Amino acid sequence: MSHAMPRRVPGDLAMWFFILAELAVFGLLFAACAYARWQQPLLFARQQAGLPLGWALANTALLLSGSAAVFNACRAYAAGRGRAGRRWLLACLLCGSGFVLLKGHELGALFAAGINLSSNSFWMFYLSLAGFHYLHVLLGMVIVTAVWWRAGQGAYAANHDGVETAAAYWHMVDLVWLVLFALLYTAR
Amino acid sequence: MTSLASAAGRQTTPSAANVQLKYRSQAVAKPYFTAAIGLFVGQIIFGLVMGLQYVIGDFLFPAIPFNVARMVHTNLLIVWLLFGFMGAGYYLIPEESERELHSPKLAIATFWVFLVAGALTIVGYLAVPYATLAQMTGNDLLPTMGREFLEQPTITKIGIVLVALSFLFNLSMTVLKGRKTSISMVMMLGLWGLAIFFLFSFYNPHNLVLDKYFWWWVVHLWVEGVWELIMGAMLAFVLVKVTGVDREVIEKWLYVIIAMTLITGIIGTGHHYFWIGTPAYWQVWGSAFSALEPIPFFMMTLFAFNMVNKRRREHPNKAAVLWALGTGVMSFLGAGVWGFLHTLAPVNYLTHGTQITASHGHMAFYGAYAMVVMTMISYAMPLMRGREANSNRAQVVEMWSFWLMTIAMVFITLFLTAAGILQVWMQRMGDTPLSFMATQDKLAFFYWLREGAGVVFFIGLLLYIISFFVGKDEAR
Repeated sequence: MSHAMPRRVPGDLAMWFFILAELAVFGLLFAACAYARWQQPLLFARQQAGLPLGWALANTALLLSGSAAVFNACRAYAAGRGRAGRRWLLACLLCGSGFVLLKGHELGALFAAGINLSSNSFWMFYLSLAGFHYLHVLLGMVIVTAVWWRAGQGAYAANHDGVETAAAYWHMVDLVWLVLFALLYTAR
Repeated sequence: MTSLASAAGRQTTPSAANVQLKYRSQAVAKPYFTAAIGLFVGQIIFGLVMGLQYVIGDFLFPAIPFNVARMVHTNLLIVWLLFGFMGAGYYLIPEESERELHSPKLAIATFWVFLVAGALTIVGYLAVPYATLAQMTGNDLLPTMGREFLEQPTITKIGIVLVALSFLFNLSMTVLKGRKTSISMVMMLGLWGLAIFFLFSFYNPHNLVLDKYFWWWVVHLWVEGVWELIMGAMLAFVLVKVTGVDREVIEKWLYVIIAMTLITGIIGTGHHYFWIGTPAYWQVWGSAFSALEPIPFFMMTLFAFNMVNKRRREHPNKAAVLWALGTGVMSFLGAGVWGFLHTLAPVNYLTHGTQITASHGHMAFYGAYAMVVMTMISYAMPLMRGREANSNRAQVVEMWSFWLMTIAMVFITLFLTAAGILQVWMQRMGDTPLSFMATQDKLAFFYWLREGAGVVFFIGLLLYIISFFVGKDEAR
């Protein structure tokens, strides 16, 4: 291609290595979960039927809105509109907080009902995957907060790599959620 | 051993003429490295004794029973590596911080305390029965003895903590007052982690499951956690020096490697929690996370080769470069590949505690930690002795020792792997499974081969020591 786009990944390359490792861990856990499901179809079907799909959909909407917000933040910084970009980062944080509250409430209710990692194979995978993912949302929020704070100090006026790095991580967290949602809530 | 160390101790105050050292106090690393090599020799001698006991059961019995030889072999390994890490810390932290060590005198005092305590402990192991040693050292007051690798009397453990505190105080003060680099930060994180996780050796719950559970917080979180940080920092330091590649590039690699190590290694502890009474979810957690533990090791290999390929200078110390590259390759093979072989729960169900584990243990400890310490010694020792690199002759001998030891270790690993596969088959998979001891008898052929490879390793180690004494006349 004669007028190819410059070949670079957005954000910091180190973050992409990190993302790759994260996806590999989740990939292995998904594979193990799929195998367990194949081994115990009745157990998985029965437990899955009792999951609150509405909440999960709300959580999906929150995370995807967060992704849209952080995407808009990147575009705003690329166009030199730093103030708008910072507002988008805040919007992403709000979406993340909504997820953390909703999901935290759900997980809390499960623990209160006496469900734990040793209850059965379904709950082991459900809690492991949901729990690890939850921690990743929290880390994503820490990263976006750090970027939001640095943005307030004018750190991304000339180079907004940091924003793209945070966005890449947030998208990864979303991507994992989509697979997790499909595998745990809707797969038949 | 002691005489080697004391000989070096006399030279710890470098003459002002040593222009190779940026900071005079770096020279305190010399006795540490010397003691490390001395204890390494002891480790290998006891390894050979034990290897022979595998096939000649009553060899040296009752003077040195198998369990004592094993304890000395593994404890010496840990102690010489600790000496190596400490030496590396004392050498690289002043250079990274761009200032003299906070207190060189304290470093030398710490050295003698550690060496004497270590020597007394080994003498204790050899001179009296273990139970008597426990009684003599007041194990009843705070019972911590009797666990693999942590056999040291409680009083020695307290000594190790004090030595570690003095060491960390000395280095932390140096770092705090000086330049902070990612190499020094990662090194300090690793060393502090090493000391903190060692504290779990004092926690000795009655419940055997909990006992094992927290025992791994020392053993696993050392070798598959904080030690990897120390290793990464040491390797990065030597690579900065011998390749002249930009710090920025090397630091980025270091950060990524460290992140990978922690992501995979911390929950990867779970691969030790199979079949010991812990909840079943550890089988999934341990398998998934530890399956990725080879990644940081593979990145270390790529890192070493990449940096050497991009080198901006031809460092005269070729032997140090060889050790650095060797560390990358052998740690990936020993820790990464041989670890992965038996890390998945369904595989480990059959291989748990067999010679497969021993094969992994040997190559991983050699490839990752023994070799990185020798990389550091190879780089720093000539400088501490007043030259940029050893003479050509000395380097040739050192490279011979590298190849002899490394190839011998590959064979030790392969023979033990073969023994392990047969062991699993005969003892755990066959239609008419054999007993443990009957199986061991059938593996004798491989144990003899392993002993042979062990002798070659020992010859390599002797050559390594000889390399310090040859070719002085043609020093650069």
